[in-house]
Parts: sequence; C-alpha cells; structure tokens
Amino acid sequence: MEYISLFVKSIFIDNMIFAYFLGMCSYLAVSKNVKTATGLGIAVIFVLLVTLPINYLLNEHVLKPGALAWLGDKFASVDLSFLSFIVFIAVVAAITQIVEMVVEKFTPALYSSLGIFLPLIAVNCAILGGSLFMQERDFVNVGEATVYALGSGIGWFLAIVTLAAIREKLSYSHVPAPLRGLGITFITVGLMAIAFMTFMGIQL
Amino acid sequence: MNLKEVLLKPIFKGNPITVLVLGICSSLAVTVQLKGACVMALSVTVVTGLSSFVCSLLRNSIPNRIRIIVQLVVVSLMVILVDQVLKAYAYSISKTLSVYVGLIITNCIVMGRIEAFALGNKPIPSLLDGLANGVGYGLILVVVAFFRELLGSGTLFGFRIIPESFYEAGYMDNGLIILPPMALILLGIIVWIQRSVQKDLQEEE
Repeated sequence: MEYISLFVKSIFIDNMIFAYFLGMCSYLAVSKNVKTATGLGIAVIFVLLVTLPINYLLNEHVLKPGALAWLGDKFASVDLSFLSFIVFIAVVAAITQIVEMVVEKFTPALYSSLGIFLPLIAVNCAILGGSLFMQERDFVNVGEATVYALGSGIGWFLAIVTLAAIREKLSYSHVPAPLRGLGITFITVGLMAIAFMTFMGIQL
Repeated sequence: MNLKEVLLKPIFKGNPITVLVLGICSSLAVTVQLKGACVMALSVTVVTGLSSFVCSLLRNSIPNRIRIIVQLVVVSLMVILVDQVLKAYAYSISKTLSVYVGLIITNCIVMGRIEAFALGNKPIPSLLDGLANGVGYGLILVVVAFFRELLGSGTLFGFRIIPESFYEAGYMDNGLIILPPMALILLGIIVWIQRSVQKDLQEEE
C-alpha cells in the first residue's frame, strides 16, 4: 500500500518540475513540440529507473557512514558520504552511455526517436536530483527507491508533454513582444505549477 | 575579446539565466530567503570560476571524446569542496539548501561555460568568465529572493522590514509568493522587463 502512495506522491505532490524545479533547462529547451517532448520524457523515465536503484545500493552498501561494515570490523567506522556526488554523477554518466549503446544495438527504432536526447540526460538535474533526494529521504529498501524513480520520471514526463502541448497552441496567439518565447513560457509554467499545487493538501 | 567585455557581458547583456536560459534548475528553489540565495550565488560563482580555470588548464590534454566525463569530474570535485566548507562553517544554511548544493554539478551554467568558453581560451580569461557568469546568475537569484522574502515574510536576511504596526492595521504577508510557482512568474516578469529595455533580445513571432 505504501508503494502506491509513494508512487502517486512522487508524480503529483513532489513533482520534479513544479515542486523542485529539477531538469528545468532541458524542460524549457525541448518543449517546443509534443513529439520531441515525449521522446525526452520517456528517456528520462528510463534513465531514472535504471540509475536510482543502482545509486541506492551504492549508497546503502558503500557510501553511508558504517556501510562498509560487511568488509570486516575495521571498516565499520568508515564514512565515505563526502564522495557521494562524484559517485552518483559517474554512475549517471556511465549508465546513460551504456543505455545509449544498448538501445542502439537492440531497438534501433527507439534509438532513432530518442537518439539525440540520451547524451543530454547525463547533465539533466532531474536524474542527479532523484539520487540526491533518495539519499536524503532514507528509503527503507530498493523497492521504494525504484517506485520513487518511476513516479518522479512519470511526473517529469507529464510536465514536459503538457507544456509542449500548451506551447504548440501558444504559437498561434499574439503575445506582447518582450514576453514572446522565454517570458511567456516561465509564466505558463508558473500557472501550471499553481494548478499542480491543488494536489498538495492530499494526505496519503 | 578584451577582459572588460568578458567580465561585464554576462552580468546584464548576456545574463546566463534570462538570456542564455542556463542553470534555472537548481536556482529557483533556494530563493525563498535572501540568505540562502546569497550563499547559493556565492557557491555557484566559486564553482564556475574554479572549474572553468581548471578545465582551461587541462584543455590541451583532454581527449575530445571523453571531455564531458573529465569536466564532470572536475566540477564535482569543486562542488564537493564547496559542500564540505558549507557543512563545516554554515551547517544550518547547508541544511536549508539541501540537495541543491549537489545539484550545482548538473547546473548547466558550469558545463555550458566550460564547453563554450574555457575549452578555447587561456586560464585567466576563463576564470574571469566563470566568475562573471556566476555573478550574473547570482544577481537574478538575489533579485528574486529579495521580492520573495520581502513580500512573503516581510523580512530581509531574517530581519523584520515591514513594521508591526502595518500588521495591526490589517496588512498580511502574501503566502502565495513563498510557494514554488511564484519564483517562475517573478522570473518571467524579470525577463519581460529586460526585454522591454533591450529590444534586440526579443524573439520573432
């Protein structure tokens, strides 16, 4: 039961974009049309789903204070948590590289639609942010971390697809010249975030 | 390009946030209070400056194919340093900034400036370019945080600015402005003002 509530919570209440502004750069840059937005959204879900459990296990068994106890008593007092940024980003960069190669080899069709977005994802804050939030929130087991990854990925996907749809419509309207492009997009995202805030009061 | 232009351009005319649209990710969530925004701005300035400097020193020895990984390693080293310093000397602020210090690693400004400037220029101009971009970024953060803290809690740096008598007369803090969406709307307004002044930045219909 708590898996379902964590899932719903990470999609709507703790939405990566609207509550934490994570992955904003690519969110604004790649939301001009629905098709490419969908591609990037799927790629983000995919990479989050792979990297988060790996980073969870690394954090649990290597990085946490006392996590190296399985190597023997001498290691029980070792605290490597200051290394977590570099380990997490290395995992994210490596996984995106591997995912890219695997997808290219086995599903060329998916590769041609995701192609250019996969390398971009290594520097998407949503991915690293997911790992850092996972570290901060102390999930009990790897299942919770996976569910959290799936939920926040889907939340990001929903956010980028809806913004792309709005921007497609917006290109037919007359926006004041200084607001055109970036300005109106910020305000649109702000209004969307206010809409998403209605989920905040829900207790799960 | 002369050094003066390198220093001044990113602050207004080529501001990383409002013109280049880089590094919005980790910035807005820390703008609820002016104090956090200042610390964040300072951290980002230090990280962009130093990592541009180091990457520029290394620029002739990095193989092109693996440059992203090398850059990420350099940047994360700098971020780890900043994070450890913050944890040691400003623990409470480091707690409020939570994951956003770590997220400086994937802040597009850092990587963007390394790719666009540091890899093709000498170390000293790269250092200045990094620092100036950090300052340009910090400026926007501080402006947004100023309005959010003043209108949202009636304080600046934690000191009460709006006097008690106002509250007794029926003035109320705007609760909405503390919530995440208003940071985006404020940023939209800043872009609007900047582009009304600088007409050449306006986009085609």
